[in-house]
Amino acid sequence: MEKLPFMTIVVLIGLTVRWTVSLNSYSGAGKSPMFGDYEAQRHWQEITFNLPVKQWYFNTSDNNLKYWGLDYPPLTAYHSLLCSYVANFINPDWIALHTSRGYESQAHKLFMRTTVFIADLLIYVPAVILYCCCLKETSTKGKVANALCILLYPGLILIDYGHFQYNSVSLGFALWGVLGVSCGWDVLGSLAFCLALNYKQMELYHSLPFFCFLLGKCFKQGLKGKGFVLLMKLACTVVASFFLCWLPFLTEREQTLQVLRRLFPVDRGLFEDKVANIWCSINVFLKIKDILPRHSQVILSFCFTFLSLLPACIKLTLQPSPRGFKFTLVSCALSFFLFSFQVHEKSILLVSLPVCLVLNEIPFISTWFLLVSTFSMLPLLLKDELLMPSVVTMTAFFIACTNSYSIFEKISEEELQLKSFSISVRKYLPNFTFLPRMIQHLFLTSVMAMVLLTLLMVTLDPPQKLPDLFPVLVCFVSCLHFLFFLAYFNIIIMWDSRNRRNQKKIN
Amino acid sequence: MAALRVATGGGHWFSALALGVTLLKCLLIPTYHSTDFEVHRNWLAITHSLPLSQWYYEATSEWTLDYPPLFAWFEYVLSHVAKLFDGEMLNVQNLNYSSSRTVLFQRLSVIFADALFVYAVHECCKCIDGKKASKELTENPKFILSVLLLWNFGLIIVDHIHFQYNGFLLGLMLLSIARLFQKRALEGAVLFAALLHFKHIYLYVAPAYGIYLLRSYCFTANKPDGSVRWDSFSLARVASLGLIVFIVSAVSLGPFLALVSSLFVSITLSLEENNLFLLLLLFRKGNKLQQSNNVLPAIGLQLKLLDPNKIPKASMTSGLVQQFEHTVLPSVTPLATFICTLLAILPSVFCLWFKPQGPKGFLRCLILCALSAFMFGWHVHEKAILLAVLPMSLLSVGKAGDASIFLILTTAGHYSLFPLLFTAPELPIKTLLMLLFTIYSISSLKMLFRKEKPLFNWMEKVYLLGLGPLEICCEFIFPLTAWRPQYPFIPLLLTSVYCAVGITYAWFQLYVSVLTDPAVLRTKKQ
Repeated sequence: MEKLPFMTIVVLIGLTVRWTVSLNSYSGAGKSPMFGDYEAQRHWQEITFNLPVKQWYFNTSDNNLKYWGLDYPPLTAYHSLLCSYVANFINPDWIALHTSRGYESQAHKLFMRTTVFIADLLIYVPAVILYCCCLKETSTKGKVANALCILLYPGLILIDYGHFQYNSVSLGFALWGVLGVSCGWDVLGSLAFCLALNYKQMELYHSLPFFCFLLGKCFKQGLKGKGFVLLMKLACTVVASFFLCWLPFLTEREQTLQVLRRLFPVDRGLFEDKVANIWCSINVFLKIKDILPRHSQVILSFCFTFLSLLPACIKLTLQPSPRGFKFTLVSCALSFFLFSFQVHEKSILLVSLPVCLVLNEIPFISTWFLLVSTFSMLPLLLKDELLMPSVVTMTAFFIACTNSYSIFEKISEEELQLKSFSISVRKYLPNFTFLPRMIQHLFLTSVMAMVLLTLLMVTLDPPQKLPDLFPVLVCFVSCLHFLFFLAYFNIIIMWDSRNRRNQKKIN
Repeated sequence: MAALRVATGGGHWFSALALGVTLLKCLLIPTYHSTDFEVHRNWLAITHSLPLSQWYYEATSEWTLDYPPLFAWFEYVLSHVAKLFDGEMLNVQNLNYSSSRTVLFQRLSVIFADALFVYAVHECCKCIDGKKASKELTENPKFILSVLLLWNFGLIIVDHIHFQYNGFLLGLMLLSIARLFQKRALEGAVLFAALLHFKHIYLYVAPAYGIYLLRSYCFTANKPDGSVRWDSFSLARVASLGLIVFIVSAVSLGPFLALVSSLFVSITLSLEENNLFLLLLLFRKGNKLQQSNNVLPAIGLQLKLLDPNKIPKASMTSGLVQQFEHTVLPSVTPLATFICTLLAILPSVFCLWFKPQGPKGFLRCLILCALSAFMFGWHVHEKAILLAVLPMSLLSVGKAGDASIFLILTTAGHYSLFPLLFTAPELPIKTLLMLLFTIYSISSLKMLFRKEKPLFNWMEKVYLLGLGPLEICCEFIFPLTAWRPQYPFIPLLLTSVYCAVGITYAWFQLYVSVLTDPAVLRTKKQ
C-alpha cells in the first residue's frame, strides 16, 4: 500500500509527458495530397464506418487502396470502427465518405489524440504498472523507478503522440502476453498475444519466443501427460481467438487471401525509406535491390533472419525460463528488425518493448539501447517537426535512468552480465579483462556521435549531390549499434542461465 | 563519463528534480498562452526601440508598461537577446506578433529566469532543520520541500502556460527570506528592495519585512519576557538599511531622474518612492484583470445572480474588464478594501512586534499579510495566491498543524487557478499536473507526520474531496446543460466561491495558530 501514491505519481508524470508531446505537430500535417499516418488512421475510420466489411480490404470505387488502404489485421479495423462511431457522434464531417479526405482541424486533432491517450491508458499503462509490481527481488522504490523509466521511454511516446500511431495497443497486448506467460497464466497470456498479433502483424517479431517458450514449458511438463494438455489448451486458444478475429473474412476464400495480401505486401521491396537495418546500410555500398530479383531478396532476408535467431530460440525451447524468455524476445525482435523483409523504422519499437522489460537487470546497456532506438527514428521525427519534444524526452529519459539505476556505477563485468562469457574467453585469452572498459568507451563515443549527428542534421543543409546524407548516416550509425546489441544479447542468452544456476549452487 | 554524470544530475536528487521540472517546462512551450504573452512582447519592444523617457508614456498597445523600472530594465536586457531570435518582435507597431521563434524566445526566457528560483529553493532547503532526516529520501523534509517548491503546480501553469515571470520574482522573495533565516538581514533587505522595484505587488508583504527588520534587526536585544528593550536601538543598523533601500532605488529610478526634461521625473522628484508605486498601482487599476476569487467579489457576484441580464456579458472571460457596478450590494470602493486589508494585517503585525519568534514568526506574518491582501485587497488577481502558497511550503514541512493549513490553502488556491486555462487541449494538462502535485503533497506530508495526529478532520476531507465533483460539474456537465448560453459565468462563480471558502478557512486557521502560539516562553528558554 505504501507504494500506491508513488505509483500514481509516476503514472501521472508519464501521462503528462504524453499529453504535452501530443500538443505538437503530427505526421503529414498540412502536406497535401498524401498527408501522413494521421490521415491514414482517419481514413480507416472513414472506410470502416461507411463501407461494409466485405469491402474494407478491396480496391473499389469507394475504397482506393493506393490512398492509405487498410493494411493492418482485422483488430485495427475494428478499433477504427469503434473510434469512427465516436467521431460520428461528435462531428460526422470528420468521417464523411470521400469529402473528409485530408480533414484537419484543431478539434479533430484533439479527438484523435484523445483516442490514442485512452487506448494507451487502458492497455499499455496498466500492463507496465502490473509488470513492475510483479518484479521479484526489487524494493518498492526500485519498482516505482522502473515504472517511471518504462513509461518515459521516448520512442513510443514520440511515435504514438507525435507522429501518430496506435503502437501502445499492440505493444500493450504483447506486454500483457509476456506478463501472463511469465506468471504462469499461459492461456491468458497467449490470448493477449493473439490479440496483439491481430492488431499489428509486426508482432510476428515476438511470436517465435512466445512459441518456443510455451513449447519448452510443454516439453518440461512431459509431452505424454500434463504437457500435452497444456499444448492442446494453448492450440485451442490460439485457433479460437484467430477464428473470432477473422470471422467476417473467413466466409470466402478470396476475402481471406486479400487480407493476407494486404498484410504482407511482398511487392513493396526489401526496405522502405531509411531504416536502420542491415539492408538499408549495405545499400550504401551495394545496391542489392537492383542486383537481385525480388524473390531471391525474400529468400536471402529469410535465411539471414532465421539463422540469426535460431540459437537463442533453441536455447529457450530447451531451457524455458521467464528470464531467458525476455532476453530471447529482445534478440529475436532485433534479428527481425535487422534482417527481415520490408521493415519500417518504427518497427524498432518492437525491440524496445522487451528491452524496457530488462531495464532493471542490465540498466546500462538497456538505457543505451533505448536511446539509440529513439535516435534511429530521428529523420522521421524531424520530418514531423518533433525536434524539441524529441530532445526533451530523450534527456528526461536519460536523467530518469541515470538516477533510478545509477547506471554509471553498473559497468562491471558482473553488472553487464558478461562474467561467465569473460571467464570462458579467458581460458583462451588470459588478458581478456578490457571488455567493461571498452564498452564504457564505446558508450561515450556513441553518445557523442549521436549528439553530433543531431546537431549537424538540425543546423546544416545537406550537400546538393547527397540530399539524404544525414538520414543515411543516422541509419548507418544506428545499424552498427544494433549489430553490436544483437551480439551482446546473444552472448548473454547463450552464456547465461546455466552458469547462473551454477553460481547459485556455489552460493 | 564524469561529465555525463554531472550533466544528468550527478545522482544528486536536487539537481535531478530541478532538471526534471525544467524539461517539463520545455515540453509546455507549444501550449496556449494568454494575453500576458503579448504584454511582455510589447514591453520588450518598448524598452528596446524607445528612449528611456518614453517607456512609461508609450501607448500604442493597450498593454502599457506598468511594472516598476527594474522590470523594465530586465525587459531591456532580454530584448538584446531577443534580437538574435526574431527582430520583428521588437517593433512597437507589431501588435499581437507571435511567430514561432518569438514564442520560443519568450518561453525560454521564462525558463532561464527560473534559474534564480531554483537557486532560491536550494538556499531555502538549507534553512529548514534536517534533524528529522531519515534514511528514506522520500521522507526527508528537504526533499519534500524542494518538490513542493520546484514542482509547484500554480507556478508552472501561471508562468509556463499562461505566461508570466513570477518564477524569478518569487525566487527573489524566497531568497530574501532564506537570507533572513541565515541571519544575513542586510542581504535580505537588498533583495526585497530590489523585488519591490521589479513588481509592486510585493508591497503586500512589505509590512512584515518592515516590522521584522525594525524589531529584530534594529533592536539588538530583548527583555527577559520577550518585549522590546528600547535602549538596544542601533542607529548604525537603521542607517545601513536606509542606505540600502536608497541605493537600490537609485539604481532603479536613477536613469529616470537623470532625464530632467520629463514631466514624469518632476513627479518622481516631488514624490517619495512609494508614491511612485501608488502611481503605478493606479495605472494598473485601469488595466488587465481577470476574475479573482477574492472574498468581496465572490459575495457580490453571488448576489448579482438575481439579475443576470444586467451583467456585462464580456466581464467573465475577457481580459480587459474592470470596475463593474454591483447591482444588489453596494459597490466596494478601493478605500473600503484598503481599510479591510489594513485591519486584517494589523493583528499579525502586532504579533510580530510583541511576540518575536525569530524568522519563523516573520514568515508567518508574511504569509498572513499576503493572504489578507489577497482576500480583501483592491483589484486582486487569482495569481496572487502564489504569494502565500510558496512561503507557506516552507512552514509546511516543519509542523503538522502548518502542514494541514498548507494543504488546504494550496489545494483550494491552485484549483482557483483552473479558470486561467480554459482551452480544451490544456484541460488534461492542468488536471494531470494538479493531481500530480496534490497527491504528492498530501501523501508525502502525511508520511512525514504519520506519528502525529491525522492531518485532516472530516470537514476538511469532505471539502478537499468536493473539488473533484466540482471540476466535473464545471468542465463536463455544465457545458451540456441548457444554462450555458444564459449563465456562462456559473462555473467560474462556483469555482470562486468554493475556493474562497477554503482560502478563508486556511487564513483563519493560520491566524488562530499565530495568535494562540505561546511563543514567548519558548524564546525565553532560548
